[in-house]
Formats: sequence, structure tokens, C-alpha cells
Amino acid sequence: MAFKRPDGRKLDEIRPMTAKTGIIPNADGSAMFTFGKTVAIAAVYGPRMLHPQHMQDPKSAILRVNYDLLSFSVADRKKPGPSRRSQEISKVTEWALSPALDLKDFPNTVIDVQVYILQADASTRVAGINAASMALAQAGIPMRDLVCAVAIGKMDKELVVDVDKDEEDFEDGEGATDIPLARFANSDEFTLLQLDGKIQPEVMNKAIALADKAMAKIYEVQKKALKEVHSE
Amino acid sequence: MSSMQLTSLTYNTLLKMFSAEKRFDGRKLLEQRDFSVEYNVSNKAEGSARVRMGKTDVVVGVKLEVGTPYPDSMDKGNLMVSGDLLPLASPRFESGPPKFNAIELPRLVDRLVRESHVIDLKKLVITEGEKVWTVIIDIYPINDDGALIDAASIGAIAALLQTHIPELDENGRIDHDKKATKKLPLLENTLPLSITFYKLGDSLFVDPTREEEEAADGKIVWGLSNYKGKEHMIHSCQKGMEASMTSEDIQKMMKNLPKLYDDTLKKLKKFLK
Amino acid sequence: MKEFETKNNEEYEDMGSEPVSRTVVVPGEVVATGEDFLPGEGARREGSDVVASRYGLAEKIGRVVKIIPFSGAFIPRRNNVVIGRVSDIVHSGWIIDIDYAQNGFLPLMESPRFVNKNEMDQFLAIGDVVSAKIWSVSPKGIDLAMKGKGLGKLEGGFVFRVNPSRVPRIIGREGSMINLIKEKTGCNITIGQNGWVWVKGNDIDSELKVRKAIEFIAEKVLVSGLTEKMEKWFGENK
Repeated sequence: MAFKRPDGRKLDEIRPMTAKTGIIPNADGSAMFTFGKTVAIAAVYGPRMLHPQHMQDPKSAILRVNYDLLSFSVADRKKPGPSRRSQEISKVTEWALSPALDLKDFPNTVIDVQVYILQADASTRVAGINAASMALAQAGIPMRDLVCAVAIGKMDKELVVDVDKDEEDFEDGEGATDIPLARFANSDEFTLLQLDGKIQPEVMNKAIALADKAMAKIYEVQKKALKEVHSE
Repeated sequence: MSSMQLTSLTYNTLLKMFSAEKRFDGRKLLEQRDFSVEYNVSNKAEGSARVRMGKTDVVVGVKLEVGTPYPDSMDKGNLMVSGDLLPLASPRFESGPPKFNAIELPRLVDRLVRESHVIDLKKLVITEGEKVWTVIIDIYPINDDGALIDAASIGAIAALLQTHIPELDENGRIDHDKKATKKLPLLENTLPLSITFYKLGDSLFVDPTREEEEAADGKIVWGLSNYKGKEHMIHSCQKGMEASMTSEDIQKMMKNLPKLYDDTLKKLKKFLK
Repeated sequence: MKEFETKNNEEYEDMGSEPVSRTVVVPGEVVATGEDFLPGEGARREGSDVVASRYGLAEKIGRVVKIIPFSGAFIPRRNNVVIGRVSDIVHSGWIIDIDYAQNGFLPLMESPRFVNKNEMDQFLAIGDVVSAKIWSVSPKGIDLAMKGKGLGKLEGGFVFRVNPSRVPRIIGREGSMINLIKEKTGCNITIGQNGWVWVKGNDIDSELKVRKAIEFIAEKVLVSGLTEKMEKWFGENK
């Protein structure tokens, strides 16, 4: 029997998305992005001075990402302070974003990206990447392209787009497989690719094809948020 | 946004302006900004609120956990206030171990809430002497444009007033799927808020923007409530920074505290459901 | 060959004889197609397309397509006037925070009169503000010069910051906007390319009006006819 999504969505349906830029006046660039009930906010500070000096790169700015969950964003309160999980997500987020950035104009500096999850309903890291991508553009960082991200899931044998928490916890049959992906908006270059679960190689290709379609929809949301600020 | 430190130029101008009772945004020295309160910052919190005061933006969440009572208060639930100055909120905040301001903020809100007894901790016992509810208030500034402590206290009270106690399952563990219906037991006629006075030269002022706060020489945080709905009661106080306060300063603050509290409470009541 | 397409949020402004069209673009977006178009600042060529590398207004003047960014870090260039704060004193000069990822350095000999090494802080102390010109930019640092009209230690008034990318708009075409503000308020104003602005007037109210006016302009981005709008603003904000 085909997998029925707990919230009734079609298999390739993304939860309602919202996006807004400029939400943190102190930051050089900032944005909020939501997938249904998952809410991510991102702030960009930089390029700015980088200390200690030995971390500086004389040829380019370095990108530094800090991702974390707010204590009350999850049902079982998360104790403050970075966890191993948040440190790993910070690093893969950095790798997801840096290929899109043109950092050569700012040697010896750092661009700090802060990503926080206000409310977690799975797909938090990809929501964070979508927010960070808009925030970087808004900060005026020279970029090749925006970065779009989504989590593809496999529930038993069925592929779904935009995994929520109920699906993340699914256990029947082959269980839940979570595949967070990020890609340049306008070219076939994936910059985030992670996977947990069980998936056959040929099904993986189908997952990528589903992701491509989803990325286009996410790109429209990001573009609209960046452009609507300036329609007078 | 710039992390350039305050210039002596701007400091001297602010000194002159404050002596002439003028501020950059046109307010009077003892005039507070308007604020708005939104709820449901996180549906995973037992209560939450977001306060926007000028460009200052603070979120506060309340979580309840099942815990054990402290040995010296076996018949009471527990309270913990925590928070962090997220690097997101200001070019001044850094990642890493908390600096003093990050430690001070939750502690000041803690004393204010605890000393006013607004949370009826005696009603938070699950099994006498064994299991009690622990109320945890988490404070996170999202954008710092001054007066974080005052904004945080508004957020904490607003969030507490929205907080419900989770249901427990047969094993005494929290069942997040069951709808929570019991409100957190509060003394709703004793709502504590913090009012912080700052000093620049000889001038006292409240609710600074970040620029004004960085110029200030002295500060003093007062926690007070409308105790039992009958009178103004100060529950906590902490003087900070280097400039000293004169007895005249203190008299001026005592004269103005009640009205500042009343104005804030009146604005907050517009947002209470 | 595909013509440059009109989109919804476009703005036409007559700049003399050449019509200019402007569209809001995001990085990675195709701004024009065809070998006839040339990528200017903030744009690049990808195949036969001209693509945006910045978030801003794509401006097409003749065949050149460039992007005017809505915001962005200040990139110091020789001869830029900057306003900075003295952050440290070393034996050979003053370290100036110019709100950039590198500090500026003002050598001792740039002071307008002879300053003894022991009296350096009497001329410029930590926390003081200067307006200076960038003499040179290198990986080692940014050297500043302070000999010249309108440069030097700034006294009185106050300083505040706007996004550096807004500075051209605040200055206006051939200084038209900044001159309008000076005229309406009677204040002395110096604008650094690094986004810092110094105002000094005869009274606090005029100085506050300058700040309000400049912050108002800095917020507006897509507006044509800004000078007329500001004339109206000054009329309403006496």
C-alpha cells in the first residue's frame, strides 16, 4: 500500500513556505525562511576583521557558519550551547554556501553567518541554508547564484519531498530515509548531500530528480522575498 | 552594521543633548518606546512571546520539565532562567563562552520573577518530596537596539501568562501529544517588570537605543510589580557600570518608577489575551 | 537576438538623451542575453547570457549591463575620503578604525603641524574622529593622509553611519542632494565613502534634521525624482 503522508500532502508537495529579508536591522544581511512549522532565521555579519590572525587567508575572505537550535524550538528542551550535531550542521552548511560566494575581494576577513531555528519540525538545516542564502545576497556579498535546499525523504519505498517530523519518525517497512540536499538555483551543482536510512542506488537518482523540481519552487520563494522589498 | 566604538564626539554631543533634554529619536529622557508582543514563537514551547521595542527584538520561551525538588524547598517546584546574547543580534556579541552581559541578563530576570513570587511554586508539586515541575525561561535577543533587560522582562511575563502545564502519561513522563489545558499557576495581580535607568553625565534616562546605551556611564536595574494589585513593590535592584548614583538620583528614580511601571503594564495589557 | 525584457518592477529615468531601464535582480539571474550586451560591474558573462553577481538594480546603458548593489561592504580605494575613529596610538602614528576589515594608519608626519612623539594624544586621542583620504591600499594595511581641504580632526557635532552603498545617493548627481541638505539646514556635513557621516550645525535641532533627512534617503532605494521628494520632505519637516 502506498505511503500516505501524515498531513495529507501529495508526495511531491512542499509545505507552505514563507520568506522575508531584512528582519535583523543590526546585521549586514538577514532573512527568515519557513517550511510549514519549521522556522529558520539567519544573519550575516561581514566581511569583517578576523581574529586570531593565523586564521586569516591572504587570498580570500573565509566563511564561518554557526547553526543552532533555540532551547525551546524542540519538544524536549535543548540545553544551551553547541552540540555535536549543531557543530556538524554548521560545517556542512558552510560547505553548502561557500561555492556560491565570491570571496576573493575581501582577503584576510571573515563573513559570519548565524543560523538559528526558532521552531523545529524537521528539515531544519535546509531551511537554514535557504535563509542564509537570502541573507548573504541581502548583505551584498558577491555571489554566483542563490543556493536552494530541501530534504527529500523515502518512507518505506515511497519518495517524498520536504520531510516533516512525523515522517522523520516513520518506522514501517524500510523506515524513513532523510536526504537533505542543496544546489545552486540555476545550475546542476549540488553543494549539500547527506543521507540517513536505506536507499537503493537507482532510487537515489529519482530522489535527485524530485529535488530538482522542488528547488525551482524554492528559488521562486527566495527571489520574491528579495525583490518585494523594493517594489514601491 | 558597524562595530565601531563610540566616539568622544558623539559622547560629548549626547551629554549636551541630554542636558537639553533632547534625544536623537525625539523622545524625552524618561519616555519609553512603544512595543508590541506576539505569541507562539515556538509551538514546542509551553509558552513563548516575542517583544519588539523600537528595533530591539527579543524572544522568550518557557519550557516545563519534570524534576526533583531542592532539598531546602521540598514542597515547591523549581525555576530556572537562562539565555544567551546570540551573535545574531549584534556585531558586538561573539560566539563562545558568555561574557558578563550574557550572564547578567538572565540572572536579573530570574531575581525579578523569583522575588515577586509571581509563579506559585507551591502549586507545581507532582509528588510531594519526589517530583516537581521545573519552569525554565529561555531568553534570546534577536536584534539589540538597547534595553534588552526591560524587553526581556516584558517577554518573560507575557510568555508565562500564556504557559500551560503539559500532561503526563501513565509513567509520569511528559506526553507532548496530549493537549495541555492547565495554565501555569501565577499570581496575576503581581506582574513583575524591570525598569532600567541609565546615567550619562548628570542626566538619568530610560529605554536607550544601542547608541545611547554604549554612551552611558552608569546604570541601575529595578525589578518591581503591582504587588497583589494593591501597591508598587520593588523586588530587586542591581547597580552596574562605574558612575555612581547620588541620593538625588535615587529620589528621582523612586518618584518616576511607579509611573514608568504603570505605563509599561498598560501597554502590555493591550497584548494580553 | 533577444531584446532586454521589461519586467514588472522596472523604473525608467531620463538621463539626458539615453533611456535607462532598471530591474531588481538577484545573484545568478540572467539580466540580458546575446553577445551584443557587455557585463559591467556586478555582472558577468555566462555563455551568451549576462548574469548578475550581486543583489541590486540591473542598469542597462547602451550595451553595458551593470548592477547597482542595494548594499555591500565598503571597498577602500585610493583617494576615498573616509571618516574614522582613533582606536590606538603607536610610536609612528595613529591607528584609525574606518569601519572596514582592516584598520587605517595615519603616520605621524601627516599631522598638519609638528607633533612631538610624547604629545601625540594631545593632537589625536583615542576616541577622536578624523576625516582623512586613503593614500594607499595594500595587504599590509591602509595608509591615510590628512593634508587637504576639509580633512583633519573633527570637532563638535556628531557622527553616524549609513550603509556605504547609499553614499552616492546621499551625495547626489554632482553633489545636488548633499548641497540641498546643507542649504536647508545650514549645517556642515562631511560624508565618508565608508558610510560614516559627520554633521555639525549651529544648534542641535538642525543637526538632528540632517540625520533624519539622510537616514530617510538611505532607506529609499528605487525612487526616481529623489531631489523633488526631498524638497517636499524639508517643506513638511520644518
